[in-house]
Amino acid sequence: MAMGRATRMLIGLMVALLLAPFIGNDYLVSVLILCLFNAYLAQAWNIMMGFAGQLSLGHALYVGLGAYAGGALFFHYGTPPWIGMIVGAAIAALVGGVIGFLGFRFGVKGVYFALLTIAFAEFTRILFDHFTWVGGSSGLYLPVVRADHDNLLLLRGRPAMFYYVILGLSAAVFLICHRILGSRLGYYWRAIREDQDAAQALGIDTFKAKMAAVMLSAALTAVGGVFYAFYTNTLYAESAFAMHRSIELILGAIIGGMGTLFGPILGAFLLTLLGELLTRLAENFGHGFEGVKQIGYGLILLVIIALRREGVWPRLAKRLGLDGEKAS
Amino acid sequence: MSALLAVDGISKSFRGLKAASAVSFELDAGAILGLIGPNGAGKTTVFNMIAGVFPPDEGRVRMDGRDITGKRPDQICRAGIGRTFQIVKPFGGLTVRENVIVGALASCKTVADAEREADRVLDLLGLADKARQPAHALTLPDRKCLEVARALATRPKLLLLDEVMAGLRPTETDRMVAIFRQLNRESGLTILLIEHVMRAVMALAQRIVVLNTGEVIATGTPEEIAADQKVRDCYLGEEAA
Ligand SMILES: Nc1ncnc2c1ncn2[C@@H]1O[C@H](COP(=O)(O)OP(=O)(O)O)[C@@H](O)[C@H]1O
Ligand SMILES: [Mg+2]
Repeated sequence: MAMGRATRMLIGLMVALLLAPFIGNDYLVSVLILCLFNAYLAQAWNIMMGFAGQLSLGHALYVGLGAYAGGALFFHYGTPPWIGMIVGAAIAALVGGVIGFLGFRFGVKGVYFALLTIAFAEFTRILFDHFTWVGGSSGLYLPVVRADHDNLLLLRGRPAMFYYVILGLSAAVFLICHRILGSRLGYYWRAIREDQDAAQALGIDTFKAKMAAVMLSAALTAVGGVFYAFYTNTLYAESAFAMHRSIELILGAIIGGMGTLFGPILGAFLLTLLGELLTRLAENFGHGFEGVKQIGYGLILLVIIALRREGVWPRLAKRLGLDGEKAS
Repeated sequence: MSALLAVDGISKSFRGLKAASAVSFELDAGAILGLIGPNGAGKTTVFNMIAGVFPPDEGRVRMDGRDITGKRPDQICRAGIGRTFQIVKPFGGLTVRENVIVGALASCKTVADAEREADRVLDLLGLADKARQPAHALTLPDRKCLEVARALATRPKLLLLDEVMAGLRPTETDRMVAIFRQLNRESGLTILLIEHVMRAVMALAQRIVVLNTGEVIATGTPEEIAADQKVRDCYLGEEAA
C-alpha cells in the first residue's frame, strides 16, 4: 500500500541522514545542518500558513526570541538550552498569541495580517538592538568550550553533535505535524484554510483554532531559534530577527509545497543547497557576485509560481507513487 | 408547546437599504417550512441572521426556547442548527470525504467516529463513489449535494437549506426531495428551506412563508399560498411566465 511505501522511504531517508556524518566530511555536515535547520523552520511556519492558512511574513521574530531567550539564559545563568527552549517557546507562544489576538479579534485579514507580523518582527529587532542585557547592538557571544568535547546537555561541542540535534528536532517536528494533520485540530485548520465561513458554520471555533496554529508555530520556531543561538554562538538582533530570514524560511515551504508534510523539507533542502552553490560561485568569482544568492532565490521562486503553484512535492509524490500520503 | 425555532421580528439594513424588516415565523420540531420570494427579497439575509453570520438590527431568534440572537455561527451550529450556503463553499483542496468529516467532527467525539459518520452520510446522499475526489473537481449539482452532506454530518436538529435544488436536473431534485422526506420522517429532522424550484417546495413544505422586499407578505399551507393573489402578483406570476 501507498502508506507502507511512504513509511519505508521515510525510514530509508532517516537511515541515510543518520549515517551522513560518518560518510561525509565536515563541510557536508555543515551544509546538512543548514538544510535541516531551514527544513525545521519551514515546517514550523507551514503549520500556520500551510495548514491553517494564516500568512506570517515575520517568523524571524520567533527565531530571534528563541535565540535570545536560550542564549541570554545560558550567558547569564548557565541555564541549559533545553530549558531555554521551553522558556523561548513559551515567550514566542505568548507573543504569537498577542499578534494572533490582535489580528483575529479585530478582523485583520490576509495581507494586513501579514503586515502586522512584519511590524512586530521589525519592532522587536530594533528593541533588541537596544536591549543591553542581551548585548545590545554589540551582540551576545556565548562562551565556547573546547571543541573536541561534546556536552549534549549544554549543547557545546562538535558539528556532528549539532547535526544530530537538529536532525532529532526536525524528525520531532515532522512527527508532530503528521499527528496533528490527522487529528481534529488538523481538520479544523485545513477547513479554515479552505473556507473560514464554511468552517465556522460547521461548528469550528475559528478564533481558537487559529490561535492554536499561531502559538504552536511560534513556539516550535523559537525552539529552532535556541538551536541557532548555540550553533552560531553569536547573536546580533540584526541577523537573528532579519527580514531575509523570514523570507527564506517561507521560500522553502512554497517551493516544496505548502500544506504538505514533505514539501517544506524538500523545499528547504533544495533552496539551501542552491544557496550554498551560489555562495560558492560568488566567492570564486569575487566582487560583483554578492547578490547572486538572492537573485537565484528570486528566479527559482518565479519558476515555481509560473510552473508549479502547488510546489515541487505534490507532483514528485505522485511520481513516487505516494499519492496516498496526506499531501493535502 | 413551544416552537423549535422562533424568529421574532428580525430586521436588517445594509447601508440604509432594508433587506429584512420585522420578519417573524415559527417552526415546530419535525416540521418543514418553505421560505420563498423573488430574488433580493431578503431570504438569505434572514438565514444569515438565524445562522449568526451577522446579528439582526432588531428582533430575537430563539432555538429550543433559548435566545441565540447574536451568537457566532459555530455556536449556532452547536445549538443544533446546520446550514448550507446558496453560493456553495466547499473546502476545495480537501477530498469530498474530508469535507464531510469536518462536518461530522461537530457531532462526533473522535476522528474515527467522524470518519464513520461521514461515510454514512456520503452513502445517504449518493456521493460515496466520489469520496476520494478533491471537492474542487465536483460539478455544481454535486457541490450542492456536498453542502447538504456536510451540514447533515453535524447532526442538526434544524437544517437550513438555501436553494440547494437550484441548478439540479428534475431527477436530481426528486432524489433530493426524497432524501429530505426520509430524514424528516425517520429522524424527525426539522427543515427550513429557501427554494425557487416550486415543485420541490410544494412537495416538501407543510407551511410556506413568502417574503417580498424584506417583508413577510403571506404565510400558509402550499395550497393557500398558491391561491393567494398577492403572492401570485409578486412572485408566482413571474415564475409561471
Ligand atoms: N452582506 C450584505 N451586504 C450588503 N448587502 C446585502 C448583503 N446581503 C444581502 N444584501 C442585500 O440585501 C438584499 C436581500 O438579499 P438576499 O437576502 O440575498 O435576497 P434573497 O436571498 O432573497 O435573494 C439585496 O438587496 C442584497 O443586495
Ligand atoms: Mg438568496
